[in-house]
Amino acid sequence: MNEKSGWGDYILYLLGAVVIIILVRDIYVIARLPQEAQQGAIFKIIFFHVPVAITAMIAAAVALVASVLFLITRNFRYDALAVAVTEVGLAFLAANLITGSIWGRIIWGQWWAWDARLTSALVCWILYAAYLMLRRAVEEPTQRATFAAVWSIFSFIDVPIVIFSIKWWRTQHPQPVFWGGGSFPPDWKAVFLWNMLAMVLLAIVMTVVRVRQENAQRELDSLRRTAHAM
Amino acid sequence: MDFFRQVMVIAAKDLRAELRTKEAINGSLAFALVILLLFAFAFDPTGDTTREISGGLLWIVFAFAGTLILNRSFARELPNDCLDALIAAPISGAALFLGKAIANYCLLLAVELVSLPVFGIFYNVRWTQRFPELMLVLLLGTWALTVLGTMTSALTVNIRLREVMLPLLTYPILVPALMGAMRLTMELIAGTPINSENVMWLKMLIGFDVIYTAVSLVLVETILVG
Repeated sequence: MNEKSGWGDYILYLLGAVVIIILVRDIYVIARLPQEAQQGAIFKIIFFHVPVAITAMIAAAVALVASVLFLITRNFRYDALAVAVTEVGLAFLAANLITGSIWGRIIWGQWWAWDARLTSALVCWILYAAYLMLRRAVEEPTQRATFAAVWSIFSFIDVPIVIFSIKWWRTQHPQPVFWGGGSFPPDWKAVFLWNMLAMVLLAIVMTVVRVRQENAQRELDSLRRTAHAM
Repeated sequence: MDFFRQVMVIAAKDLRAELRTKEAINGSLAFALVILLLFAFAFDPTGDTTREISGGLLWIVFAFAGTLILNRSFARELPNDCLDALIAAPISGAALFLGKAIANYCLLLAVELVSLPVFGIFYNVRWTQRFPELMLVLLLGTWALTVLGTMTSALTVNIRLREVMLPLLTYPILVPALMGAMRLTMELIAGTPINSENVMWLKMLIGFDVIYTAVSLVLVETILVG
């Protein structure tokens, strides 16, 4: 460990503590909100379901930018960022799929419907899971980073096509309640935005932790190679 | 040599090698027949429902059988370090990629054109009702499968678990193209013409082909040379 990382550690711990405080407060507030008129308590899952989805989308965009930057600069820091943010985004998308499934079981009476949004979210999840599988299959670090970056670009291009084409196919998912004529009370919106902030911060903390692991791993690998060479 | 000639030389080389050994195309054809046989047990092959979903079945057969050809595309160059020689040759990665893609395209189309009548006979489907439109969908859908499959073939040629990784990467990313091709094939086999409602699938297929061909041509050099 070099001495530079000392401050980084403190900031990371602080950010982590802030996330926990906001999350605890959000859960407390959400639990005390009145029940929604038609759906009852299960409606409150939206306070997590939508923020994790948006966070996952941001993660995919960051992964794209990091991948492109890696291909241009060949700097492994961007590769570390790409893999870290993809993993975190995948976890958030999984949370989105699971919370959606739970909601669907209660409101629709079934865990899964082959609806446009569900299907496209699942396809995205599989695409980025394939990204991680591809990384594991490639041994040589430079090749691994290059292939993964190319695949990340390919996947990201696919996402809008998947979303539009499946939307033509069928839609059952409820329309957004925030945009386009939704009726979301203002104080609920505030809670929602707070939880949105919590999810994004949580994703940032997790990503930074993973980036540091990746960097440490790379350092270890290079040390091991040096030791072998001696 | 100009770009086009380089592409054709690579394509001709691949086709010649394949026609002399016939290892990929024979395997792929046999596999297509086996899947067609297995589907008969999964669904009632004489029922009306089978006719309705037959377009979907057909593309699953094409996609499965296609990976056998695509898997071989770059793997064939591994013995005797042929791949290194190809990369060192004075042609661009894009020319190499496009040449291989065209060779794969011809082989895939050959397998599909043999499977189609067999499918029509086995499942009692009159697939020739809208023949020109069906051929158009076949050409567009197969190009989507080819361009992404050739790209993943280049990606996976040197890695562990090559045979597993190629379909794992190719199928999910192909979802929009396969979906469009399946929808259109189903309707065309049922006798519905291309109309204002389903023409958007055709547009999507064309867009998919154009986008991924362009992106692959740009990025393939990075994959092959690093």
